[in-house]
Amino acid sequence: MEEKVVFARPSLLTDAPFHYCPGCTHGIVHRLIAEVLGELNVSRENVIGIAPVGCAVFAYDYFDCDMTEAAHGRAPAVATGIKRVHPDKVVFSYQGDGDLACIGAAETIHAAARNENITIIFINNGIFGMTGGQMAPTTLLGQYSTTCQDGRDPVLNGYPVHVCEMLSQLKGPQYIERVSTHDAANVLKAKKAIKKAFQYQLEGKGFSMIEVLVACPTNWKMTPVKALEHIKNEVIPYFPLGVYKDRG
Amino acid sequence: MKERVLMKGNEAIAEAAVRGGCRFFAGYPITPQNEIPEYLSKRLPEVGGSFIQSESEVSAINMIYGASCAGARAMTSSSSPGISLKQEGLSYIACGQLPCVVINMVRGGPGLGTIYPGQADYFQAVKGGGHGDYKLFVYTPATVQEAVDITYKSFEMADKYRIPVLILGDGTIGQMMEPVVLPEMKDPATFPEKKWALTGCKGRERNIINTLDMNPERLEAITDRLFDVYEQIRENETEYENYMCDDAETVIVAYGIVSRVAKSAVNILREQGKKVGLFRPITVSPYPDKALSAIADLPNVKKFLVAELSKGQMVEDVRLIVNGRKPVEFYGRTGGFVINTEELISVVEGGKR
Amino acid sequence: MARVIFNTDRCKGCGLCVTACPKQIVHINGDKVNAIGYNPAEVSEMDKCIGCAMCATMCPDCVIEVRR
Repeated sequence: MEEKVVFARPSLLTDAPFHYCPGCTHGIVHRLIAEVLGELNVSRENVIGIAPVGCAVFAYDYFDCDMTEAAHGRAPAVATGIKRVHPDKVVFSYQGDGDLACIGAAETIHAAARNENITIIFINNGIFGMTGGQMAPTTLLGQYSTTCQDGRDPVLNGYPVHVCEMLSQLKGPQYIERVSTHDAANVLKAKKAIKKAFQYQLEGKGFSMIEVLVACPTNWKMTPVKALEHIKNEVIPYFPLGVYKDRG
Repeated sequence: MKERVLMKGNEAIAEAAVRGGCRFFAGYPITPQNEIPEYLSKRLPEVGGSFIQSESEVSAINMIYGASCAGARAMTSSSSPGISLKQEGLSYIACGQLPCVVINMVRGGPGLGTIYPGQADYFQAVKGGGHGDYKLFVYTPATVQEAVDITYKSFEMADKYRIPVLILGDGTIGQMMEPVVLPEMKDPATFPEKKWALTGCKGRERNIINTLDMNPERLEAITDRLFDVYEQIRENETEYENYMCDDAETVIVAYGIVSRVAKSAVNILREQGKKVGLFRPITVSPYPDKALSAIADLPNVKKFLVAELSKGQMVEDVRLIVNGRKPVEFYGRTGGFVINTEELISVVEGGKR
Repeated sequence: MARVIFNTDRCKGCGLCVTACPKQIVHINGDKVNAIGYNPAEVSEMDKCIGCAMCATMCPDCVIEVRR
């Protein structure tokens, strides 16, 4: 029997090596986006992507399609502008927790409320990675960061923001799910969710946001393997996985 | 002969934008410019365009960033406090060389200020406003007709030079009604292709629009290009009105609503045999510096008087251009006051200050 | 026969593939340094590979191609 390639770098990714730290699972999510668009037969000329400010700021180097890079937190607004001009293109933004849940919270909420026909991939790693490990809106209570060095204290620093839970209260959005990258089974579930989100966009059904729990071994100060265990044991209990809204 | 219609400045600007090919607008309510988004909310869908009342000024300008990236002729409008919020986006748009049109119906400030007219956003408009090295291309209409013509032309200029164009109006221009002749409707299908735009990379390399470059040579080259373009605009596109300056002893320099008052003052003073002229910049960034400089060289010109609705902003540019050759005096009002003709005549005659 | 091909010079040695492999045949080679300065992952007993692609699924750097 002839040998077949059953797993390879998807064609929507360029050949550029990811700049992410060892064990950071951003790269998995990049690959999933490229894989599902390939599986949905969305070719490179039919995708326009928006990179955020944060660790994924260079995402425009990795997707072989038209790309732009938005100001911090503004990707949903930029995506809105692009999608309204090109309703026939698949438009996605890729944003971290500082970008989406902090400085861009308003843009996120209102793109969802408008049920803008875009897909947002939201990376929750509980930290500002690119700037060196400051507290994010998703930093867990008790978690160390360079701006809450004794651990996040709700009295001093407030509570983490649950974006899926919050957006699911809105009438607008089509589909909101939280997934994780801490093991292969969950990566496959994440892939399924991302695929569904893009499928909904192709069907014109509107706004999807997939929150993906991602490891930041560097700023969590853990080995990559420990960081995945941390997601499983500490992050998921606080940010439960699942479908928060699906209008079908 | 084309039909003249009576229109409010804001609505006339909105219609001129549509006729100039604008197919995307995002904005946020703020007085005194609300008629622009109100008009476009109804008008843009009629021509297949898109209107969004955004959640914030910040979001509006970033929607413009997106629509411009996507190749559309896009516009936003606001008034002073709202324009302050757009500065982040304008910096990105300028760096990304993204064409768009921004209307500022200036109101008195600082802070929440007033809804009455002002001209105190001049520095913000012409000196940058947002972070980093960039310039906007700034027009200052003085009549509703001129606002229409400038708006219509601004989309061409923005596309031609890949630069954000700011129309620096004021509350009066936005709110007043005047008869206007509206320009022809353009068909966006006839506009030249924007090869740099994000349109889906069919049969070509992907396009990337970003404003980040960690390579010093490349980033310096981008900044240099922005300023090369700005110099081309200075060379080709600066506009002004020279109203009886050639034999004048006193030259009033004013733009926008104040220039209309100044023109009335010049007419009255001329009737009295007094040699007063008006220099009215129509573009203030780039400034029509050669034209003003030539007037400063005229032996008959004894002095300049800059009149503004601010504590003195454009006067700094005039002083830089006149460069000590002639005295440059200043008269300004703030708080929402518009200088009136008698007041200005009194100032010219050495009275009220 | 299944096998995996590692684009070794792209590997950052994070070891996520090591824990993902149900057959426990992927390991980090501490004696080797790749082109970008990491100890890369590799497979010692390829004949035990079942081509499940768990390693590739967990690889953040698209290092692994799976054939069967």
